[in-house]
Amino acid sequence: MRVALFVTCLADAMFPQVGRATVELLERLGHEVVFPEAQTCCGQMHINTGYQREAVKLVEHQVDTFAGFEAIVAPSGSCVGSIRHQHAAVARRAGRVALSHRAEEVGARTYELSEFLVDVLGVTDVGAHYPHRVTYHPTCHSLRMLRVADRPLRLLRAVKGIDLVELPGADQCCGFGGTFALKNADTSAAMLSDKLRNVLSTGADVVSAGDSSCLMHMGGGLSRLTADAGAVARPVHLAEILAAT
Amino acid sequence: MTSTFLGMPVYAPRGVGALRGDEPFPDAARTALGNGQLRRNLGHATRTIRGKRAAVVGEVPDWEELRLAGEAVKAATMARLPELLTQLEEQVTARGGTVHWARDATEANAIVLGLVRAAGADEVVKVKSMATQEIGLNEALAEGGVTAWETDLAELIVQLGDDKPSHILVPAIHRNRTEIRDIFRRTMPGVGDLSDEPRDLAMAARAYLREKFLTARVAVSGANFAVAESGTLAVVESEGNGRMCLTLPQTLITVMGIEKVVPAWTDLEVFLQLLPRSSTGERMNPYTSLWTGVTPGDGPQDFHLVLLDNGRTAVLSDERGRSALHCIRCSACLNVCPVYERTGGHAYGSVYPGPIGAVLSPQLTGVEDNASLPYASSLCGACFDACPVRIDIPAMLVHLRARHVEERAARPVPSAEAVAMAAMAWVMAKPARFRGGERLMRLGRLLGRRADRITALPPPLSAWTASRDLPRPPGQTFREWWRTRPEAPKPPAPPKPPAPPKPPAPPVSAEEDR
Repeated sequence: MRVALFVTCLADAMFPQVGRATVELLERLGHEVVFPEAQTCCGQMHINTGYQREAVKLVEHQVDTFAGFEAIVAPSGSCVGSIRHQHAAVARRAGRVALSHRAEEVGARTYELSEFLVDVLGVTDVGAHYPHRVTYHPTCHSLRMLRVADRPLRLLRAVKGIDLVELPGADQCCGFGGTFALKNADTSAAMLSDKLRNVLSTGADVVSAGDSSCLMHMGGGLSRLTADAGAVARPVHLAEILAAT
Repeated sequence: MTSTFLGMPVYAPRGVGALRGDEPFPDAARTALGNGQLRRNLGHATRTIRGKRAAVVGEVPDWEELRLAGEAVKAATMARLPELLTQLEEQVTARGGTVHWARDATEANAIVLGLVRAAGADEVVKVKSMATQEIGLNEALAEGGVTAWETDLAELIVQLGDDKPSHILVPAIHRNRTEIRDIFRRTMPGVGDLSDEPRDLAMAARAYLREKFLTARVAVSGANFAVAESGTLAVVESEGNGRMCLTLPQTLITVMGIEKVVPAWTDLEVFLQLLPRSSTGERMNPYTSLWTGVTPGDGPQDFHLVLLDNGRTAVLSDERGRSALHCIRCSACLNVCPVYERTGGHAYGSVYPGPIGAVLSPQLTGVEDNASLPYASSLCGACFDACPVRIDIPAMLVHLRARHVEERAARPVPSAEAVAMAAMAWVMAKPARFRGGERLMRLGRLLGRRADRITALPPPLSAWTASRDLPRPPGQTFREWWRTRPEAPKPPAPPKPPAPPKPPAPPVSAEEDR
C-alpha cells in the first residue's frame, strides 16, 4: 500500500528518529512510504490557542499537500485529532465552505499510527524485538478524541522481549496541553510531577507514548530528575519500539 | 413578559455577584498550588467521588443512551426557551404562585429583598443554591438588613468560616474535618470542646440549624428543574435540610436560572437518573422535593418564583457556546478534571469552577471579563466523557479562546503573543520558509551543547524551563534525512491490502459535530 507520511512539525524538527522509525516500520511491513516535502504543520497549536484565523492557511496547506493520497499516517494522536476533528470546523468558521469539505475528506483518510496498523493494515504483531521494561502513557487525544483505546497496547504486547508494565493513573493528562504548559506553567508542572511519580513507580526503563509532544513534556521532567538523581526512565515513541528488531 | 426586547443580549453586570475573580487564573492557581493541605484534601475528595461515580455509572446498561436523551431534551428546551418560560409562568400563576422576571443579579436581589421585607422578616433560611451564590444574594440581603442562614451543611461551613464555596456540589471540599471543627468551635455558641468526629460535627450543625428552621418565616431556594407543563419546581439534595426550608416557613422564594426549565414531567425521568449518579455517585439522591404552586393548609402559603437571566440570553446567542446552558450542576467534570484537582475551585474566581465554569463564566460575563478561564485547561477531554448531558467542553474552550483572540485583535496594538502566532503561521504556511525556520531552530544546539539538553530559556519559554528541560535540537531534521536516502526501496509487490475501513469512531470532542 502507498502511504503518505505526515511526520508532524515537532517530530521533523526535534525528534527525527520518530519519523525514521515510522518509515522503517511501514517499509518492513511491505508498504511504500512517500514523504510529501511540501508539508509543514497542521496548525493545532494555533487552533487550540485561539488563533483560528491564522490557522486557516495552515489547514489549507495541509489539505493541498495531502489531498491526492489514499492513506495518510502520522505518528501523533494529537495532530491527527486536530486534522480529523478540527480542520473542517476551522474552515467553516472562516466561511470557507469548499475548504471545509476537502478538509473533512483528508481528515477521514488521515490515521494515527496505531489506528493505521491495527484497523487499516490489520496487524498487531509487527515483528519487533525490544528487550526493555516499558510503561505506556496513552495520551489524551489518542484516548478521547480518536478513541484508539487499547490498540497501542495490543501492538506492544506482541513485541518480542518486551516487559510491559501497567502505568497507574494512565488516563490522566501529563499536563502538556500545548501552550497550556506555558500559560499555566505551575499547574502543568504539578500535573507532570504526579504523572512522573506514577511512571517511576513502575520501575520501567522506558516510558512510551504515541505523541512526541507528551513525550517531550515527560522527558523534560525526567531529564531534570536524571540530572538530580541519576538515570531514570527515558522517553521513547511507540514507533521506535515497533521499528526495533 | 410584556416588553419587547430589541438589541444584543446583555452580560451579567459587574460589581454584583460572584462570577468574576480578583486575579487571572494562573496567578490564583499558583497560590493554591502552594497550599499542600488543600491539594491533599482535594486529591482525596475528588478521588473518592470519582470512584463512586464510576461504580454507579458502570452499572447502568443504557448510560450512553441516557446521556444522549439528556442532551436532546436540553437542546430542544433551549430551542424554544421563551415559550416554555411563558408556559411555566402561566402554570405557576394558575396554581397560586407569583412569577418575577429578573434581567440580572441586581434586579433579582432587589426582588428578593422586597419580598422578604413585605413578609415582615429580617432573616431567611436558605436551601443550597448556585443561582443565589451567583448573584451574591446573601450580601445584598445583608446590606438591606436581612440575615441569610445557609442550611446545607457544607454551605454553612463556608458561611461560618467567612469563606467562599470551591465546588458546585461540595462547596467546602477544600476543608478537612479538623478545620471544620475549628470553625464550629469559633462560631457556634455552646459547642464547647467539640471533637472532629463526623457524627459530632453533624450533630452540632443539626442543633444549630434546628433553631433556624423552627423560627424562620421566609425560605429562599434555587431549583434543579422546573416543569413547564405543570408549573412544578424540583430540588434534589442529600441532607433533608432543604426540605425543612421548603416546607416549614410561610413564604418560599425560589430563584432559578431560566435554563432550568424542562418541557414535561416525563423529562425528569431522564435527569433524575443522570444527576445523582454523576454528582454524588448515588443511585438516587436521598431527598427529592417537588412542589406545585401553593397547597392550602400544607407548606408555604406564599410562593414566589424569580426567573433569572444574568447573562444567560447572551450565552444562548452563541451557537457554539450555548450548550453550556445544558449543565445540570452535577460537578462530575470538576471531579475528573486534572486542573481542578490540583488548583481547587477558588482559583477560577467564579462560583462556577472547573471545566464547566471555564466555559460558563466567560460567557455569562463576556469573555474579556474572564479571559484567562478558557485557557485553564490542557484540553485533555475527561470532562466531556464525564458530562451527563454531553456538553463538549473541550471544543467550547477552543471556541472561547478564538472569541478572546478575535476580540483582542480589534484593539489597535496587538499582543506579543498575537505577533508571534502570526509570524509562526506565516513561516509554516510555506515549505521553504518552514525549512528556514528549522535551520534557525538549530541554533538551539548551541544552548544545549554542554549538558546535551536545554535547561534555561528567556521568557516566555522560561515558563517551560522553570521545571522542565528541552532536548537539544538534532543535527539533522527528518526532511534532511529523507533527502539523504537512496531512492526508497520499492517493496516487492505486497499483497493487496484490505480496503481502508470507514474512518474510526465518530468525533467525540469535535466542534464540527455539534
